[in-house]
This record gives sequence, structure tokens and C-alpha cells, in this order.
Amino acid sequence: MAEPLRPDETAPMRRGPTPVLAGDHTYGTVTDRISAIVLRRRTPRGWIFGFAISFALFNLLMISLAHLLFSGVGVWGVNIPVGWGFDIINFVWWIGIGHAGTLISAILLLLRQPWRTSINRFAEAMTLFAVACAGVYPLAHMGRPYLAHWLTPYPNVMSLWPNFRSPLVWDVFAVSTYATVSALFWYVGLIPDLATLRDRARNRFFKFLYGFAALGWRGSTAHWHRYEVATLLLAGLATPLVISVHTVVSFDFTVGIIPGWHATIFPPYFVAGAIYAGFAMVLLLAIPLRVVYGLEQFITMRHLHNMAKVLLATGMIVCYGYLMEAFFAWYSGNLFEMFMIGNRTMGPYAWAYWCLLLCNFITPSLLWFKRFRNSVPALFVISLVVSAGMWLERFVIIVTSLHRDFLPSSWGMYYPTVWDWATFAGTIGLFLTMLFLFIRFLPMISISEMRTMLPHGAEEGRR
Amino acid sequence: MSRRTPLHGLMVEFREPGELVAAAKRCHAAGFRKMDAYTPFPIEELAEALGFHTRGRLPKLVLLGGVLGAVGGFLLQYWTSAVDYPLNIGGRPLNSWPAFIPITFETTILGAALTAVFGMLALNGLPMPYHPVFNVPEFALASRDRFFLCIEARDPLFKFIETRRFLEGLSPSKIYEVAT
Repeated sequence: MAEPLRPDETAPMRRGPTPVLAGDHTYGTVTDRISAIVLRRRTPRGWIFGFAISFALFNLLMISLAHLLFSGVGVWGVNIPVGWGFDIINFVWWIGIGHAGTLISAILLLLRQPWRTSINRFAEAMTLFAVACAGVYPLAHMGRPYLAHWLTPYPNVMSLWPNFRSPLVWDVFAVSTYATVSALFWYVGLIPDLATLRDRARNRFFKFLYGFAALGWRGSTAHWHRYEVATLLLAGLATPLVISVHTVVSFDFTVGIIPGWHATIFPPYFVAGAIYAGFAMVLLLAIPLRVVYGLEQFITMRHLHNMAKVLLATGMIVCYGYLMEAFFAWYSGNLFEMFMIGNRTMGPYAWAYWCLLLCNFITPSLLWFKRFRNSVPALFVISLVVSAGMWLERFVIIVTSLHRDFLPSSWGMYYPTVWDWATFAGTIGLFLTMLFLFIRFLPMISISEMRTMLPHGAEEGRR
Repeated sequence: MSRRTPLHGLMVEFREPGELVAAAKRCHAAGFRKMDAYTPFPIEELAEALGFHTRGRLPKLVLLGGVLGAVGGFLLQYWTSAVDYPLNIGGRPLNSWPAFIPITFETTILGAALTAVFGMLALNGLPMPYHPVFNVPEFALASRDRFFLCIEARDPLFKFIETRRFLEGLSPSKIYEVAT
């Protein structure tokens, strides 16, 4: 979690025009500023407004799911030949978004990138909420969600076991492990901050709640010592985990023999796409948050600039994936693969493919220019476009591959219904509802880690 | 010291982490061992000053958790697919181990991560809602911007008057008696 506090490591942060932590802060002011958002400041009107919209959308999800359970999966547009529609598109989209949180909290920790500190807490929260939204889809797609436990190996009267050779069962293990480890990692990071909130809360009820969740944390050196070891180990464990999760998600496709799915490029291309979509979402959340809550000193231009660079790099990897997909289809000489790419670029869903290239290749290419990387409105718009592009990517991969496979007699089209759209909007509501509650009741920036960003003895001069 | 003593120890407060580290080094040099420092963020030099040189038992426990997860995950798949409910599909091997690797990998991570979190909490003795240091009202600042060092009364060298004088010599900003 916290980098060791050697002066030589904190020095580079203070150099240059855009520091990681701007302003004249002390341990006390950092603590007060971040904890005040939860404990002291009045709930901003924007929060109430945003929460109301999110909660309304969340209720739309409840209605859509109730209708689905009451009437059956037929209310969605999925059918043969396109048996996977919005449900799997949205599942992959959401789970991909989550990956940026783990990248920031684990991989950038191992790479000792101090700028991750102020964005890592809410990025991790975003991971958790995105995984929760992703989880809704496979469960709802089962048609009989009350039999979801059949996916887990447990002794049963039928003496049956899940098929462990199936990528769909791998997915269950990968996603549930990912959700568990992300939740634990997030909670461990929160413990010292919960202790801060416990010590600073004036309301007895909240003091009790934060105290309960803080587990009696008292900042003992022996505890911090083990805590640091545990955090480093968790980061080391979460790093291969996050890569494995989207790899396993890509196996859901690649292990099948459908043209357009059966490709070795998929695992790295999916992982890069996940980080790409995730960073776009982190930017989408960070930009309004820093303005609304006045956190420009904690989330500086340096953060936005660095995230733009990650966005550009992963975006280019994803575009390399698009290029290779087309190249392999041609180079394979396989009739069905060649037809697939022709159909994808010129068939009935060609609009989706070209929109995807516009969103994921042309638009982020603007980030090659410093002017766009340093412009907050441009970053916000580009992130929005990239999020849409990554959604289209999954649409293209799933729908264009399925709708025209080997036999022309089984070709068909896919038309999402109003309930598909309602469920999608509903999970956005679920995501935002949880996010709004999180920023209201928990510190969205890690206070204890921000303290370590201050050089030792910063308060020396002010006494 | 006898258990009837109502004193947990003597605690000193500092405003700067550097002062605390220097004080901890002096206390350690003076022979005190039953002591702990309380800070709002981790300080590596402090752990060294108080004598925590190793990473402790946690990494070994995590390795054990990972190995148990790996072995358990693989055996679960092997036993269910090859022993308890063997399905002969086109004469393919029942122990199709490459197909079992993804889940084995996930259970390895799960076992190790659960051990890392719960092992850390257990070794730290958490959750522990009550601790004597919380009796000092100013201790609430240990989670904000103050740095505390507490020499416990159970230390064999602890003698109230002498220890108090010794701690005053460290020029702390405040000194507290911590009730049990």
C-alpha cells in the first residue's frame, strides 16, 4: 500500500509543474479534507439529484428482472442463431470495466507508481460495483436463477458434478474469485480509514458503525508492519488474477469453434480491452468527482494525464487486435473465417463495426497530442466515446459471429427488445447507486495513503 | 509487574514521525521491549527501530494457503471428473488435466488471498474492539496527525518514576498514563 517514506522517493513528486499532491497540505489537513466529505460537509445538491436518477434506474432494473423472471427469457431478443445477446455483451463490458480498478490498486502498486494513491480507492470501488453489475447477467440469462447453485460443485442427490472442462464453469470460478479478492483488497485498504472516521465522527451511531467496521484498528506499528506485508502479497496475487479473469472470459468465446471467436489473439486482446474500458470509466468518474468535491489538489492534472496515456497505450493494443483478427481471417485461407470478416465489415451489422473503429481507434488517436491529454473536457468526451466503443466491440464480436455461421439456412438477425435496453440501463443505475452511496459514506480517497505522500516533517516549518 | 496494577503503561505523544522514530530507537537501546508505537500511516524505519526486522510468519502462511488452494482445487476436479462420475467421451482421457488448470489457478489465488487477509487480521489480534490505549482521549489523533509511543507496564524494566523521567527526557509534546 504505502510506499516507504524515504526522502529520495518523495522528492520527484514535488518537482515539475503538475505534482501528484498539489497545495500546502499537512497530515491533519489531508485527513480533515477527505473525511469532511463523509462526516462534516452537507450532502451536495448534485449528489441528491444524481442519486435520485440512479436509484430510479436501479428500480428499472428491478422491474426488468421481475418481468424476466415472471415471463421467461423470451422477453429478451436472444434466440437461435444469436443465443447470446445483450446479456453477454453487458456481462463482458461490465467485467472489463472492473479491471482498471485492480490494475490501479495492484499492478501500479507493484510498479511503485505513487500517482495511483489518490485514485485507487474509488477505482477499486468501481471494480466491485462493476463486477456486481456483471454478475446480474449470467444469473438472469439462466432463466432459472434459483438453480444457480448448480454451477458450484456440491454433493447432491443426483450425484452430478459441474463439467470442469467447460469454460463457462471456469468463468464461475474466475469471476467469483475476482469478486471475493477485490472485495477483500478493498476492505483491507479501508480499515485504517474507517478508524479515522471512527475517531472523527460526532454522531454516535456512525461512530459505532465505523468503529465496528474498523475492527479496533489502532495504528500499532506491529499491525502496520503485517498490514504492509499482507497488502503487498495481495497486490502480487491480484495481478495475475486480474489477467486471468478476462482471459477466462475470452475462453468463453475462443474454446468454441465459431468463426470470429476461435482465435488465439483473444486473451491478450480482451485483457487490454478490459483495461482500456476501465480507464475510460475511471476518467468518466474522476473528472466530475474532483470538480464537485473540490479535489483538484488530490486528483491533479498529472493523474488525468497519466490515465490518458494508459488509455492510449491499451487502445492501440486493442486496435492491433482488430488488425490481427482481420489478418488471420485472410491469412488462414479458411472460407468461413474469410466470410466472417467480410460479413462483419460489409454485412448487415457493418455500421456497428465502423462505429467501433471510429470510437476505439480514430477518437483515442487524438490522445497522441498533448493538447488533448491536458484538456479535461476532451478527456471526458473521449472516455465517453471509448466506453461506447468498447460496448460496440462486444456487440460486434458476439452478434456478427453468431448471426451467420456455417449454414446459410440457419442465418438470422438479432433485435434487442425494450427489456434488453431496460436491463442495461438498469445495471447502469445499480452501478451508480452503489457508487453514490460509497462516496457519501466512505472516504473516496485513501486517507492513510495520502498521508504517506507528504514528505516527512512537512509540518516542521509551520510550528 | 503484577496484574493488579491498574496501569497499562506510559504513553508519549509526538508531532513529527522523525521524533517518534528517534524516541523509539532510544527506548529500544535502553532495553525496553514491551512497547508499541501508534501512527496514522506505516513508517518502515519505526518497525525497524522497534525490532521488527523480518516479514514474520504471514508470507509462509500465504504460501501454505495457496498450495492448499491449488491441491484442493485440482483434486476436486480430478476426483469428480475421473473417479466419482467418469464420463467416457470418444475415449478421451478422464484426467484431462490441462482443462483443470484455469480453476486450479483460481483456487490457488483464492486460498492465498483469503489467508493473506484473515491471517493478517488474526496475527494482529483483530478484531479487538477494546484496547487500553483508547482510554487516552487524545489517542483519537493517532488516526490523524499525532505519533504515539507506549511503554507497557509489563516490561521488566518498567518502573513508574524512572520510566516517566526517561520518557520526559525524550522531549515529547505530551505524556500520558494509560489505564488498563
